[in-house]
Amino acid sequence: MNPNMKRLRRSMMFLNCQKPGLIKDPYVYAPDSIMLDLEDAVAEREKDAARYSLYHALQEIDYRGVERVVRINGLDTDLWIEDIRCAVAGGCDSIRIPKTETAADVQKVEAAVVAAEKEFGAEEGRTLIMAALESARGVMNAFEICQASPRLFGIALSGGDYTKDLQTTISGTGVELMGARQHMIIAARAAGVQCFDTVYTNLNDMEGFRRDVETIHTMGFDGKSIINPRQIPIVHEIYTPKPKDIIFAEKVVREIDTKKAMGIGVFTVDGKMIDIAFYDGAKRTLALARASGVYKGDL
Amino acid sequence: MRNAVGREIPDEILKATGKEPFQGNNYKNGAPFRRQGPIIRPVMENDHNKLVKDIHEALVKCRAHSGMTISFHHHFREGDLIVNMVMEEIHKMGLKNITLAATSLGKAHDPLVPMIEDGTITRIEASGVRGKIGQAISDGKLKGLAIMRSHGGRVRSLVTGETKVDIAFIGAPTSDDYGNLRGIGGKTNCGVLSYSHVDGDCAEYVVAITDCLVPFPNFPAHISMTKVDYVCVVDAIGIPEKIATGAAKPTTDQRKLMMAEYCTQVVVNTPYFKEGFSYQTGVGGASIASTISLTKIMEERGIKMGFGVGGLTKPMCDLLDRGMVRVLMDTQAFDLDAVSNVINPAHHRITAGAYANPFNKGAFVNKLDYVILASLEVDVHFNCNVVVGSDGVITGAQGGHPDTAQGAKCTIVICPLLQGRIPAICTDVTTVTTPGESVDVVVTDYGVAVNPNRHDLLECLQKADCVPLKTIEELRDIAYAIVGEPDPVQFEDRIVGIIEARDGTIMDVVRQVKHYD
Amino acid sequence: MEIKQPAVAGTLESSDCMVTVEPGQGEIELDLDSVVIRQYGRQIRKVIHETLDRLDVKNARVTVVDKGALDCTIKARVECAVYRSNGIKDNLPWGGVIK
Repeated sequence: MNPNMKRLRRSMMFLNCQKPGLIKDPYVYAPDSIMLDLEDAVAEREKDAARYSLYHALQEIDYRGVERVVRINGLDTDLWIEDIRCAVAGGCDSIRIPKTETAADVQKVEAAVVAAEKEFGAEEGRTLIMAALESARGVMNAFEICQASPRLFGIALSGGDYTKDLQTTISGTGVELMGARQHMIIAARAAGVQCFDTVYTNLNDMEGFRRDVETIHTMGFDGKSIINPRQIPIVHEIYTPKPKDIIFAEKVVREIDTKKAMGIGVFTVDGKMIDIAFYDGAKRTLALARASGVYKGDL
Repeated sequence: MRNAVGREIPDEILKATGKEPFQGNNYKNGAPFRRQGPIIRPVMENDHNKLVKDIHEALVKCRAHSGMTISFHHHFREGDLIVNMVMEEIHKMGLKNITLAATSLGKAHDPLVPMIEDGTITRIEASGVRGKIGQAISDGKLKGLAIMRSHGGRVRSLVTGETKVDIAFIGAPTSDDYGNLRGIGGKTNCGVLSYSHVDGDCAEYVVAITDCLVPFPNFPAHISMTKVDYVCVVDAIGIPEKIATGAAKPTTDQRKLMMAEYCTQVVVNTPYFKEGFSYQTGVGGASIASTISLTKIMEERGIKMGFGVGGLTKPMCDLLDRGMVRVLMDTQAFDLDAVSNVINPAHHRITAGAYANPFNKGAFVNKLDYVILASLEVDVHFNCNVVVGSDGVITGAQGGHPDTAQGAKCTIVICPLLQGRIPAICTDVTTVTTPGESVDVVVTDYGVAVNPNRHDLLECLQKADCVPLKTIEELRDIAYAIVGEPDPVQFEDRIVGIIEARDGTIMDVVRQVKHYD
Repeated sequence: MEIKQPAVAGTLESSDCMVTVEPGQGEIELDLDSVVIRQYGRQIRKVIHETLDRLDVKNARVTVVDKGALDCTIKARVECAVYRSNGIKDNLPWGGVIK
């Protein structure tokens, strides 16, 4: 399996490929991923220009370990195949498919990615895929989409188009997104892939943004799409395990390891009933804490 | 001769100016000198009238002549009308070879360029020069030298008599008919008149120019009638909206916010951050943001500031209003909030001399714990350049940079690694204005570098693990890896300006830029 | 490649550059204006010429107005202008003459 399938993706920041000033050093903000956009942010007559910028950025800019996702144009355009050729030749880490509706959409992209990897001599399987669900139909098909390709590491909700399709608008309360969010995270977990939330576009309401991130964090999402670097520290803060959670997770892991050796299955830690089912969660907490720079332990 | 920051200062310049090369920050510490005073014409008759009908009459009465030195302050910043008004009259009178000894010159003074070209103005002494005058000097249009000196250095040059001002023009928001001047109360308030104080003390003639004549006595006076020869009332001395704008909105630029956060972390994790600490910061987005984030930590830890000093802004005044700083010492008001805050009894006006003069018996800057500064360039020797652009053209001012940097126990320079394609952290700055020995910490968006002379600070920051620490060479290498190593800018041989150190020695020279083809 | 018709790529925003290519008079004629010309003029010229060489453009009038673009952006804009002048948008030689 490509080791990047499960990498940390708390913050995935969109950047317009047409703007050299944006793509030259976004890594200073330390997002987990950047999403270099060839689609909506790029004006129709600059679609070609964005590709040359993308190719050279991928080739020449050291993004310092930040995942480089490329959002290609929709499968209903005549742009997406060339987008994939450019992105794969440049050596991107993954492709984000917009407006995904079916497993077949993912497979079409997969075939183009395979062809591009072959054409440009890239290691087979190095380019991953994620699918953005932007319609009621896409959300309904979430589970089949999640299982469409071994390269697919996750699905993302794209709230703007999705709410239009529902014949409503983004309200700021999250009510209109509740069904999709719940459905998608369940589908993603059932399929064993990651799940990412939509952007929050009101940059003047950082408190609203914080509440939004708290909600999706509680729901189990792996991360959120970001439109401005200012949003990154808030996401990371919310996703960073709290000191008491880290201490608890450490105890759980240690206790389970020792008790297992002693043949004890159920016991208590800090008054809470603990069994083997807690093990993976505690391990995940420690891994996240380590990735967030707040845990330097050895578990 | 090579000076203490490794800059070659040609003998001809040492000879022409009678100056020494820079030999380190404290070279003149304790060196005695006699303070120089001006010629004074006493006013004893009780019916003496100081009011003159216009600038022309003032010039005539003050015996304006070719070759004289005149001075101005820059409290009206980009809204200043005084310098151009006086220079136009001098130009009309056909006077030549004027030395313009302003505290600073900016874009507002672009109209003076033709007077440089025709020989009306042949020397400039200022903190620095922005706008077209800077370009003109760098193009070699000024016949004599431009001397760039810090706010403190300027006071020194006046009190030692190195600069002899024939006529000082002091724009005053309010004045009475006998020359008691205040920085507030009129239609063009600037809050304080700190930079002019020394001109009142040292100039042979002092002319107050106001657009708001008030009944005698205009008190408490910021500059006293005892120092003023004439008072001239004009329609307008400045453009209020360009003097001080509303407080800058706190920045939303994440890059600046990150640098502000690093800066705050440096402050709160070094030993001077304790009850009663002192602090100065500037007006840049990151500086203001760092004051705001510092405030939060002061609140959390219950630590109060003893004094804040310098050019002041709203966030500093907010600290005062909230009782989180004991007193503010004001040399310049950068926004309307700072202008109006001067009515707070704990908001004190101080003179530029008290603020930063290296040649008195101790200035405020010497008592600073922290100063937060910006810089156009910082090199691997921690030297800063705040006057000459990376393209070789004069474009900025020393201000209080070298004064506060030397004085403060912890000098932090905030500087994005790259300005467009230009690497701000470089091998050698274009021109040295502040020596590396004064600079302790450099904060960039790519990491924080500590001057190796300060391993005490480095140790604190390592222990706190609060900022991404890099060496200054690492930062330079990162910059060069991204943008490529810049070619050195080509200069002509001719020296058009000197960067004077605080103590009057020569820190560096500025040469005419070569035409690029 | 020939320069078949005048074409432009890029903008005058900070960190970008605007490249115009026009049919030439038998050679490469480069007119460069840059905000960093004193420090990077030589390097920018080199990148432009190398990019044109790779694309086998031998006859063009090239005007570049640079606002502090990195080399990768300069290459991208030159390539874009040249391919635009030829009306080519698909099946580009990524990693071939574009590199």
